[in-house]
Amino acid sequence: MNSDMEQRIDALDLPYRTREDLKATLADRDVTEEQFEQIIKMVFSEYQKSRIEPCEAVGVVAAQSIGEPGTQMTMRTFHYAGVAEINVTLGLPRLIEIMDARREPSTPTMAVYLLDDWAFNRDRAREVSWQIEAAPLHEFGDITIDMENMQVLVMLNKGVCDRRKISVDEIIEAAPRKIREKRHFRDFDVEGDPKSASLTFTPKNRESYQNLFQLAEHVRNVIVQGIDDIERVVVRKEGGEYILYTEGSNLKDVFEVEGVDTSRTRSNNISEIADVLGIEAGRNAIIQEALSTLNEQGIGVDVRHIMLVADMMCMDGEVKQIGRHGIAGEKESVLSRAAFEVTVNHLLDAAIANEVDELNGVTENVIVGQPIQLGTGDVKLVAKPLNLKI
Amino acid sequence: MTSPKRVGRIEFGLFSPKEIRKMSVRKIIWADTYDDDGFPYPQGLMDLSLGVIDPGLRCKTCDQKAADCPGHFGHIELAKPVIHVGYTRLIRKLLRVTCRSCSRLLMTAEEVEKIIGPEDSDLSGDIVSEKDIKKERVCPHCGEQQLKINFEKPTTFSEVFVEDGKKVEHKLTPADIRARLEKIPDEDLRALGVNPDVARPEWTILTVLPVPPVTMRPSIILENGQRSEDDLTHKLVDIIRINQRFKENQDAGAPQLIIEDLWELLQYHVTTYLDNEVAGCPPARHRSGRPLKTLSQRLKGKEGRFRGSLSGKRVNFSARTVISPDPNLSIGEVGIPLAIANEMTVPVRVTQFNIDEMKQYILNGPERPTIRSPCGANYAIRPDNRRMRLSEANLETVAEMIEPGWTVERQLKDNDIVLFNRQPSLHRMSIMAHRVVVMDGKTFRLNPAVCPPYNADFDGDEMNLHIPQTEEARAEAEILVSVQANILSPRTGGPIIGGIHDHISGIFLLTHTVRHFNKADVLYLTQHLDIEHLPEPARLDEDGNPLWTNKQVFSLVLPDNLNMVFKASSCQNCETCRREMCENDAYIRIVNGNLISGTIDKKGIGAFDGQILHRIIRQHGMKRAARFIDDVTKLSIRAIMLEGFSFGIDDEDLTKTEYGQIDEVLKGAISDVERRIKIYNEGQLEPMPGRTLEETLEMQIMQVLGKARDRTGEIAGRHLGMDNSAVVMAVSGARGSMLNLTQMAGCLGQQSVRGERIMRGYEDRTLPHFRRNDRGAEAHGFITNSYKSGLSPTEFFFHAIGGREGLVDTAVRTSQSGYLQRRMINALQDLKVAYDGTVRTTGGRIIQFRYGEDGTDPGKSSYGAPVDVKGIVESVLKEEVK
Repeated sequence: MNSDMEQRIDALDLPYRTREDLKATLADRDVTEEQFEQIIKMVFSEYQKSRIEPCEAVGVVAAQSIGEPGTQMTMRTFHYAGVAEINVTLGLPRLIEIMDARREPSTPTMAVYLLDDWAFNRDRAREVSWQIEAAPLHEFGDITIDMENMQVLVMLNKGVCDRRKISVDEIIEAAPRKIREKRHFRDFDVEGDPKSASLTFTPKNRESYQNLFQLAEHVRNVIVQGIDDIERVVVRKEGGEYILYTEGSNLKDVFEVEGVDTSRTRSNNISEIADVLGIEAGRNAIIQEALSTLNEQGIGVDVRHIMLVADMMCMDGEVKQIGRHGIAGEKESVLSRAAFEVTVNHLLDAAIANEVDELNGVTENVIVGQPIQLGTGDVKLVAKPLNLKI
Repeated sequence: MTSPKRVGRIEFGLFSPKEIRKMSVRKIIWADTYDDDGFPYPQGLMDLSLGVIDPGLRCKTCDQKAADCPGHFGHIELAKPVIHVGYTRLIRKLLRVTCRSCSRLLMTAEEVEKIIGPEDSDLSGDIVSEKDIKKERVCPHCGEQQLKINFEKPTTFSEVFVEDGKKVEHKLTPADIRARLEKIPDEDLRALGVNPDVARPEWTILTVLPVPPVTMRPSIILENGQRSEDDLTHKLVDIIRINQRFKENQDAGAPQLIIEDLWELLQYHVTTYLDNEVAGCPPARHRSGRPLKTLSQRLKGKEGRFRGSLSGKRVNFSARTVISPDPNLSIGEVGIPLAIANEMTVPVRVTQFNIDEMKQYILNGPERPTIRSPCGANYAIRPDNRRMRLSEANLETVAEMIEPGWTVERQLKDNDIVLFNRQPSLHRMSIMAHRVVVMDGKTFRLNPAVCPPYNADFDGDEMNLHIPQTEEARAEAEILVSVQANILSPRTGGPIIGGIHDHISGIFLLTHTVRHFNKADVLYLTQHLDIEHLPEPARLDEDGNPLWTNKQVFSLVLPDNLNMVFKASSCQNCETCRREMCENDAYIRIVNGNLISGTIDKKGIGAFDGQILHRIIRQHGMKRAARFIDDVTKLSIRAIMLEGFSFGIDDEDLTKTEYGQIDEVLKGAISDVERRIKIYNEGQLEPMPGRTLEETLEMQIMQVLGKARDRTGEIAGRHLGMDNSAVVMAVSGARGSMLNLTQMAGCLGQQSVRGERIMRGYEDRTLPHFRRNDRGAEAHGFITNSYKSGLSPTEFFFHAIGGREGLVDTAVRTSQSGYLQRRMINALQDLKVAYDGTVRTTGGRIIQFRYGEDGTDPGKSSYGAPVDVKGIVESVLKEEVK
């Protein structure tokens, strides 16, 4: 193929991807002018043939395309996706979860990508992981309950602190603050001694042992380093770079951590993505998650179907559920809502608000017994027969 | 045809007591239905003015017979007002947001405006809700101190006073509530989302009860001549009876206590009449103890009016029977038993052009004796829509009578278009249009190649058949719904109809490596194909007889100008592809419609990933593709019959050496497991990151045992070669896998529950045959036997445990995915592509500006791409394109 042909391909009125495909397949090949002409002709006619036709009921086709393979999917909730150490919900339960637009998936995870300076060095990657993984205080030292003096004593282990890149001062400052803020437990006093790397907690109520043990529990489990929602981080090498896989998800806080590549890091919590990065990102997350769930099960579904579902879910600027509390429940048509779920309440409420059903949708017209406005039912032209002779 | 009238819109609102009285044709005062002669009481629940259900009687209101009278409402005057249960939440809200003395909204005009927006703007979306009102505040209009309103399910409202520091509840009667609601001004209601033009809130407290027409609560006559009344009638009887007693007591000046009791009873009956499943209210029961099906229950749920009768409708002109296969049919045909074909009809309008033909149909009569006889007719319909059933007696007279304008309902005959369906109808290919072939026998016959879209098999499946009754329907069925129009699935853009099972085995056996056939064999193979000439023979044998190669035979069914290169599913994905020299003959090359090299299998003609099929559809059209499927399935059936294809117990036999090797592998694995358990017990095991010790051990054991099973499979596979039918099926992708073969000949391997070894059962052990806390392989479901050698008793239990999980899984999955699909259909059903290429709801809302961002129909795409560039270039250049 010569450069002239390449230019001619570029000038064609075809999608970018098709043009690139064409150039790539024809590159380094001997193509005669005649053959080239024929190829272009065939490509063009095929392109024209593959256009979607007006009135096509794309919604139903999309719903069927995703719903039909549902019967073939496994119910097995837990499976290991790529990373052996982290469990992820897969299969039909995950698909249902995506369509339900749950606030919180049953197994939130993140794949945290790192910036170049961190991504290629195991130790530096590990450093980032310390900043992310929620570490309770008891991992940094010994915690003892002094019943005699009604105190909880924390002896910090400097070695651990150094290894995990956190200073003793930071812990001394963070531990009581986090107990107050995050665990909502305030009835104690604290004394920190940076020199001996120790902390002493004293409950305000010095009479009750129960109170003391309660305090000890809080002290033991208070998160002093990392991000609260992220329970576990696994560092893995993939394609030459280190990637952090997490159990638990918190995009907003992870983005604040130094070394995290905010443009590639992703979460499987769709509504979190929509909240943090906007509805367009949420829509893409739905597409991505649904597609990977289906593909993991070996089910091929065209992206366009999933895109349509995602667009429908994100239409109003927030992620809406497929079902009673989302799209299906907010339809304009009373009859359509009544025919779906909670029949009686929809009818009663419609009467009070004087709702009017314009009979545009499918169910409504089926109910009143007239043609639906989709496919051949949507064509309103009537041909006048020419030369009609009998 | 004139276009029928359309229902334009449906408006919802409440009936006012005035309207109820106005539409009522009769005031109902008697609780009784029929007198001793079986005649309805006037002013009783079955009053003749309410419509008639008994044949012969005429309606007193419209003077029509039972079939034509639509029924008319009556009414009951309630002694005292009662609350409509469906509106208790609205009533509670209204009571809480309005003043108890002046009934105005407990907000100043400014506060209201803040919530609903300025009066003249259309954008006012929000309505005032309960939360917007502060608790127990003072009315801004009249200064009255507000009280807390308590609501007790189902229908009791009360106000809470504080008297001497004690809380005292004062019950509000429906009459009190009604009085308050009456006073709420219209403007305030609008702010609350109530439209007072059609729904004044006091109308939710009933003073008059409409009595539905008899037609919607027909009584049935039992065999013993007794009448059995509808549940609604029973309930209405209760209401009238109590109402009557209430009135009498009221007139007699009964004590307040009795009045209150009766009032409550009336409320109960009206409540259960409207909804018999209200929380906090015992359901009204039939004498037999069955809860009554009252108004709400009639509408609700899957079998309710909406989902059961309005969204789903029953049809005529349908048939259902068992299906069985017939490979000699085309994929676009369906075999129909004569008995069904004789019963089912197609209406044909008589014109001057077809009148003779129609006369002949009528003369042939309703009984067609054999499948070869010409079809007859069952009915003739006169221009005034009177149906005449044809029988031997009236054939000739009717044949003489017909003239243009009549309609003849002729029987089904070959080549009619019918719709064929198998439930569950999960996608649009679950209903396709076929052409009729009338056949002997009592089952529907279909080509096994169309089983995948229906997801049908022949283990007793039944399917439904529908006959389109209008010309438009037939045209749509033929153009849009026909089998050949649905070979490509809109889900993936690949074929969904194609060779299955034996088709693939057969074509694999035919095309694998190079073989030669003599003329007799070639003719045997091709006798059902649609071809005219044999090609030039490849060579001659010693005696000078012509011989053809197997690839030549297959090439006969390919279109002449087909050019493509691909790898079969038997391809081993070697590091360097030896192309035509492939030792598995998995490199398929087709030049100008001739198979040069390669074995055709699932990847070539299979139902879900048939590459040849896909290419033919794109480059030669659906019609050619349908013919290709017909030809290739017939060819492969002949090919498999040429030598026969079977599998028996001795096909799983291995030799002594292999059994020895398998034994060794399994023993090794089991002792390896024991070794690891020992390391664990000694506390020497290193846990994997993020796992406990036990989990690490389990994972290791699973891994070891999994490997052991695969090793036995390899050993067995070494012995079983291409002469084994199961191997042929697995390699060609027809059915089964090497794993199935491993389990038959090698060992069954680890049985699992939820992806783990079997851990449940007795205390600290799975079965009483093992010691407690035994972690060994056999004690947790590792099966060393194969299906051939047979399972030991303990193994058998483990196998059953593992098998049960699969069954439960399927049962749960079908219901879950069914509901998901229903929700998705409901959410997306109104979407369509508009003429400008955007995706809109039928209401006109834009969802996508261009369908799928590129306007490509996935059903017409090549696995998602708008143009199959590779295929086009390949077919033009006739060489492999990566």
